[in-house]
Amino acid sequence: MTRIIRIVRLALKSLLLHKLRSGLTMLGIVFGVFSVIAMLAIGEGASAQAQRQVLELGATNVIVRSVKPPNEVAQTSAQSRVLQYGLLRSDYKILTNTLPTVTHAVPIREVNREVRYLKDAMNARVVGCTADYLEMNHLKLSQGRFLTSSDQEKLLNVAVIASDVANNLFKFEDPVGKSIRIGSMYYSVVGVTKDRTASAAIGGSLSGQDYNNDVYIPIKTLQVREGDLDIKNQAGSMTAEHIELNQITLRVNDKDTVLSTAEAIRETLEQSHPRSKDYAVVVPLELLKQAEQIRMIFNVVLGSIAAISLVVGGIGIMNIMLATVTERTREIGVRRALGARQRDIVEQFLTETIVLAGSGGLIGVVFGLLTPISFVGIQWFVQNFVMEGNTAGSEVGRMFFDLQPQIAFWSLPVAFGISVTIGILSGIYPAISAAKLDPIEALRHE
Amino acid sequence: MRLAAQVVDLTKFYDLGSVVVKALRGVSTDFPEGDFVAIMGSSGSGKSTLLNLLGALDRPTGGQYILGGRDVSTLDDDELSAMRNEMIGFIFQSFNLIAQYTVLENIEVPLLYRAGYPAIGSAEREWCKELANMVGLGDRTDHRPFQLSGGQQQRVSIARALVNDPQIILADEPTGNLDSTTESEIMDILHNLNAQGRTIIMVTHEPSIAKQTKRQIMMKDGLIESETILEQTLPTR
Repeated sequence: MTRIIRIVRLALKSLLLHKLRSGLTMLGIVFGVFSVIAMLAIGEGASAQAQRQVLELGATNVIVRSVKPPNEVAQTSAQSRVLQYGLLRSDYKILTNTLPTVTHAVPIREVNREVRYLKDAMNARVVGCTADYLEMNHLKLSQGRFLTSSDQEKLLNVAVIASDVANNLFKFEDPVGKSIRIGSMYYSVVGVTKDRTASAAIGGSLSGQDYNNDVYIPIKTLQVREGDLDIKNQAGSMTAEHIELNQITLRVNDKDTVLSTAEAIRETLEQSHPRSKDYAVVVPLELLKQAEQIRMIFNVVLGSIAAISLVVGGIGIMNIMLATVTERTREIGVRRALGARQRDIVEQFLTETIVLAGSGGLIGVVFGLLTPISFVGIQWFVQNFVMEGNTAGSEVGRMFFDLQPQIAFWSLPVAFGISVTIGILSGIYPAISAAKLDPIEALRHE
Repeated sequence: MRLAAQVVDLTKFYDLGSVVVKALRGVSTDFPEGDFVAIMGSSGSGKSTLLNLLGALDRPTGGQYILGGRDVSTLDDDELSAMRNEMIGFIFQSFNLIAQYTVLENIEVPLLYRAGYPAIGSAEREWCKELANMVGLGDRTDHRPFQLSGGQQQRVSIARALVNDPQIILADEPTGNLDSTTESEIMDILHNLNAQGRTIIMVTHEPSIAKQTKRQIMMKDGLIESETILEQTLPTR
């Protein structure tokens, strides 16, 4: 043991003789280890982000959405100007009545309308839904109540507004009990929902949703007041869309039955929509599994890129050690003359590379542990200098700013182990060639 | 009289492929304990080859080299290393100190390679300091080689050669890189060592240095050409 300490001390002494050279050599390993840990942390963070988003959609949920029908179908249909969206109220009835594993189902219709209170106005997404919507979308109330089933039955003109709407329209007032105008109708506000972070697009037809700009009213009221036809003026031309439902969110009783229920839903809808595929079934659990697979690929790709940089660092070590052996040929000769065995020379040079690689690895691990902090710095920098204060509007931007690297703790010993291994591997050849030198030749070396 | 070392019909041939160079063609001589020998000769005479063989840095092609009761020509590489470590003290022309070590650490280097790798104890450290004192560097034990003059460096290497209490001390032109003042200082130290009973074998091509020894061996074409005894080696110890 004391001997190992002695050898390491001697190795340190030799390395400290050329501080700059040893430091630069170490840098290769530092960055190799650092990038392995950082890449895996970012990969881990990205996958955690994806999982969080999927779980927000609900692991036991199945989401069926209307899809804007393809153009050729629209043109051949009877009402050529009116786009027919796929999901019908009859679909909702069939799905809720025939599938025993479905415990909750919320039909949803979304329209964009101007919402007014006195002289303040804003554009909001008006969502027709039922009482279960609140819980299934993980929304919380900050005051008042949500829609109830009796609101539906009585076709009441009541509305629950989201936090941004409340802040914009009721700057100094309590919104509950006030009347707001949606389109041409008046609704009385019964509740306000709490702020909720936007969900990102997951795939399929599910785009990102900003829940803070919503106004919720009973779906039956929406149907009666606004009708199914939505006419828009866009760039001088009129488009009309016939929409009964934008989405049906179904909750299944158990996680194990989600996939089979989703299959049953697909089959059921196939029968009622024989002509075209004008709907999409999104299963968060499937997305979760996909995300898991993507994460694996992601990690492998990032990890191998980082591993390459580690190997490059190792080659740097080997290069410098070979140069060192040539430079210190004389010293090797002296040590051999004074009684060092070949083994001793191998040990000496191998120890030097291991110390070099090991301390480089340790520094790399420390840098790696700082990844989450430095990433916040990068985000701040991008926000303030690259985007110049504009909050990210795009999906990619939002993904970037939401990303929190998570250090995979298994990656610390792995990265460190790899760095030491590379140190040993790249040190063996120079060390052996040093030991194999003929002592007489080595002593004569200038 | 006890012998420190003995060579019997020593030959060394180098096979260079097309020609075989016969560097030593049969050298025999005895080195009694307390001897102080100067090996002289022009370049190519075989004196360096002889010194390498005496230093156990190489094995002879034929003949015997007896050192410490063992025939060096039969030893393998590790045993040769052990032999150099325990039996032989080297003093080189260009000092050959290790640049990253202090004076004291340089003196300790042979202790690092002792059989079984025992730790360097406080008694041994005292011994190293004593040696540094003896060569007049007791106040510079934590200096690095580049902070010392040539003569001082050579004294460190003499102290290093003594640390394992060797059977013979081999000096390869120990004053070749030094001016005449330091030359005489170094020679004084060697004389003192010899007076204490140490066996010193020195290669030199300066007659003035060679004259200060007890015996001169002239080498020519791989053979001992002549041997001059300047002073009878007295039985010591």
